[in-house]
Amino acid sequence: MDSILQKEYTVVQDDYVNAGKVSSDIKTTLAEIGISPKILRKIAVASYESEINLIIHAYGGKVYLDVSDDGYISLVFKDPGPGIPDLEKALTPGWSTASEKARGMGFGAGMGLPNIQRVSDEFDIESSPQGTTLKLGFRAAV
Amino acid sequence: MLAKEIADILCAAPLTEWDEKIMNQDYRNVFATDLMSDALAMIQDNEESTVLLTGLCNSQTLRTAEMLDVRFIVFVRGKYLQDIDLEMAKNMDITCLATDLTMYDACGRLYQKGVAGIYG
Repeated sequence: MDSILQKEYTVVQDDYVNAGKVSSDIKTTLAEIGISPKILRKIAVASYESEINLIIHAYGGKVYLDVSDDGYISLVFKDPGPGIPDLEKALTPGWSTASEKARGMGFGAGMGLPNIQRVSDEFDIESSPQGTTLKLGFRAAV
Repeated sequence: MLAKEIADILCAAPLTEWDEKIMNQDYRNVFATDLMSDALAMIQDNEESTVLLTGLCNSQTLRTAEMLDVRFIVFVRGKYLQDIDLEMAKNMDITCLATDLTMYDACGRLYQKGVAGIYG
């Protein structure tokens, strides 16, 4: 498997003005290489929720997009902390620690991580106070 | 139901340009929420025929619609988008209307006319 497309993005903590721009670019980029609208939509939803998490919960972070020639799409969200104190609770629908500001922007419904898990073909998360790494995988024909 | 009929029922005014193509398009499903994470989790199908009713009037509402491929939003409770967000809606090809009705009244009127929720 060879990589046919790689992109890297930086997401800034509390940057609500630009929130969603990375996911919008990822969606546009993948549409340009012919990913079907149905899969594109799943990736966009997972990416957007993950990007928002970097903004509202983490100290910002990095996003890595990688597309393989066999159609596997990898999205990695990596942040430098503060980590998710209780991962099991964070994966429970309805549980949220979002700030009032984040809630005012329409987030903090407690649906973020469960929804990301639902739409992803592969989902792996590791978290400690030093940071969280979320790895998502999607299978698509390119 | 045509988008222009929904506009009539909700006494909704256009915030973005009145697009005849969109206004003559059929919308059969409504999802009403102020929580964008709920919209991202619940609108899983029929996005092309779904209208989003919301009182959350900011760029994240538009971003959510963009990710979901939802192209028609009605803002309730007399909310209006800022100019910068209107520009974003235009660039995303999303049609936005605004009504003074509350969420409850807006949903009630559409339900009474037979417009279904997201599950049909």
